[in-house]
Amino acid sequence: MNVKTPSKLEKILAAGHFAVTSECGPPRGSDPEVIVEKANLIKNHVDAINITDNQTSVTRMCSLAACIRLKLLGLEPILQMVTRDRNRIAIQSDILGAASFDIHNILCLSGDHQSFGDCAKGQNVHDLDSMQLIQTVRQMRDEGKFLGGDDIKRPPQMFVGAAANPFADPFEIRVPRLAKKVAAGVEFIQTQCIYNLDKFETWMKIAGDRGLHEKVYILAGVTPLKSAGMAKYMKNRVPGMDVPDEIVQRMSGTPKDKQAEEGIKICIESIQRLKEIKGIRGFHVMAIEWEEKVSEIVEQAGLFPRPLV
Amino acid sequence: MRIQYTTDIKIVRVPCTGKVDVLHILRAFEKGADGVYVVGCMEGDCHFNKGNFRARKRVEQARGILEAIGIGGDRVRMYNLSSSEAPRFVEYAKEMDQRIRELGPNPIKLPKANKAA
Amino acid sequence: MIVADKKPIEEIIAEVKNFTKILLLGCNECVTVCEAGGKKEVGVLASALRMYFLNQGKTVTIDEVTLERQCDHEYLEEIRDRIDMYEAVVSLACGVGVQFMAEKYQATPVLPGVNTCFLGATEKRGLWTERCQACGQCILASTGGICPISRCAKRIMNGPCGGSTKGKCEISKDLDCAWQLIIDRLKALGRLEDYEKIYSIKDWSTDRAGGPRKVEREDVQE
Repeated sequence: MNVKTPSKLEKILAAGHFAVTSECGPPRGSDPEVIVEKANLIKNHVDAINITDNQTSVTRMCSLAACIRLKLLGLEPILQMVTRDRNRIAIQSDILGAASFDIHNILCLSGDHQSFGDCAKGQNVHDLDSMQLIQTVRQMRDEGKFLGGDDIKRPPQMFVGAAANPFADPFEIRVPRLAKKVAAGVEFIQTQCIYNLDKFETWMKIAGDRGLHEKVYILAGVTPLKSAGMAKYMKNRVPGMDVPDEIVQRMSGTPKDKQAEEGIKICIESIQRLKEIKGIRGFHVMAIEWEEKVSEIVEQAGLFPRPLV
Repeated sequence: MRIQYTTDIKIVRVPCTGKVDVLHILRAFEKGADGVYVVGCMEGDCHFNKGNFRARKRVEQARGILEAIGIGGDRVRMYNLSSSEAPRFVEYAKEMDQRIRELGPNPIKLPKANKAA
Repeated sequence: MIVADKKPIEEIIAEVKNFTKILLLGCNECVTVCEAGGKKEVGVLASALRMYFLNQGKTVTIDEVTLERQCDHEYLEEIRDRIDMYEAVVSLACGVGVQFMAEKYQATPVLPGVNTCFLGATEKRGLWTERCQACGQCILASTGGICPISRCAKRIMNGPCGGSTKGKCEISKDLDCAWQLIIDRLKALGRLEDYEKIYSIKDWSTDRAGGPRKVEREDVQE
């Protein structure tokens, strides 16, 4: 695959290395140090860092500003952008703003419904959906044109990503949906956290049969479980999450003080197994409010040191 | 059985309590009733299947309205019994009579009387 | 139809408590079907308000009229000769009726007696659900007859999102995922391959976004 952008993430993937990404949630305040501290914990162990965009609809420092903070540290941010909060004017404008700081990666999402967050009485926008956001960034980059058709001076140079959730329903359209995103122009995929590896393998197999793994870089999403309580919560409360009973039982069967360690172990085992799946090109390690564990996971999974490109 | 109960209760016969509408209940209060209770068949024994359940809902609706406008939701009530239970009918009559005496007269009667005078 | 819901009686009392001659104006159309603003509901509200005012020791006239429609001039004209008798009108029509009344009778306060909710259908008595957001450019032909704009919580044109679980929406287990319904329907129609067509960016200018809308038809104008 040719490299189309200056993105370091794209270069690593194109060179055939397993890529490693992670994510940082911006703070609920204006202190830039929070994001800097989180980034410093993981910077040597990942190739790029996602900055979430008001995740779970809870108001936080904006993703773009936090991405700029990373950029100023010389790190590689992935700008997450949800269609929930912006119309097409704001979307294009924010993309240009990010491009002006040479932010070279974007992850296109629809975003959780606002009823989950701190502004449940607010409006949502969804002028575009995530599929159309992918198309928008590609048009701005490849054609150098705004949605309105006018030329963009210095178009954005962004490597375009999206999420895929193999575990949401209905399962039968989960691969067609990936195909749709590929057709829309997505270049890398970060998946939902994978706990049900059997189901994930099935999904990858069907995707592979359609040749999708050759058209898009798929980064497998993993999240270490901190406790049996978290496993149960993820299983029962988080929409579109599939935590098999044996994982919950394995966590519950571990003494409380050893559960965190067991969670890390499960995570590393998952990565090892995922490495063997055809079409997996990297890992997205989402250690939710547990960034200090990313280095340990990356090292023990044999993904360290990170390649230089 | 000829059991006695208070003469203050005026009986309005309906073919089924499902016929009773919230408007009937409200109009009764508007005309000065101090309380209204609906006596239906036992739940599950309605000849028309759901009449007494409908009545119960309408009684609840009337209760909400009467509470909201300051007349008092406790002045309205739904009872169920089967047609052969005269003693229970009387028991409910006494209970309702007692309840309404405790609550006092329908508060709109006084302004109404003043207006008439 | 336009689906409305009852306003709490306390709220209506707060709107009308300082008037002494009030007309309650029902509508025989949608709000009658959804049991929020027809003749029956006007009767119940009138009775309640009469008792409320009596209990407050006030003499207030509450009259009841229910028109065939409140969204047509000819029916609203029916009350022209008596409108001046009232200090206020509580319209139990949808927001359209309330406004049309207000536009026609400039000097009379017209107050809403219901909350207008959405364009929907009667699933069963006492349960009305949304079906249309009147976006002005119907896409139902391509979505198997199920509207993602009105029935998906994120009005996603290329769904379902990652929150679709067991056929239900991420925001509520009681809410069907519109995209699950679309997929089921495409399957039933033997058109599942249509799922992979990307629905391109929608022109929302015919939606609310384009400002207040009008449909003007010269062919039927007089």
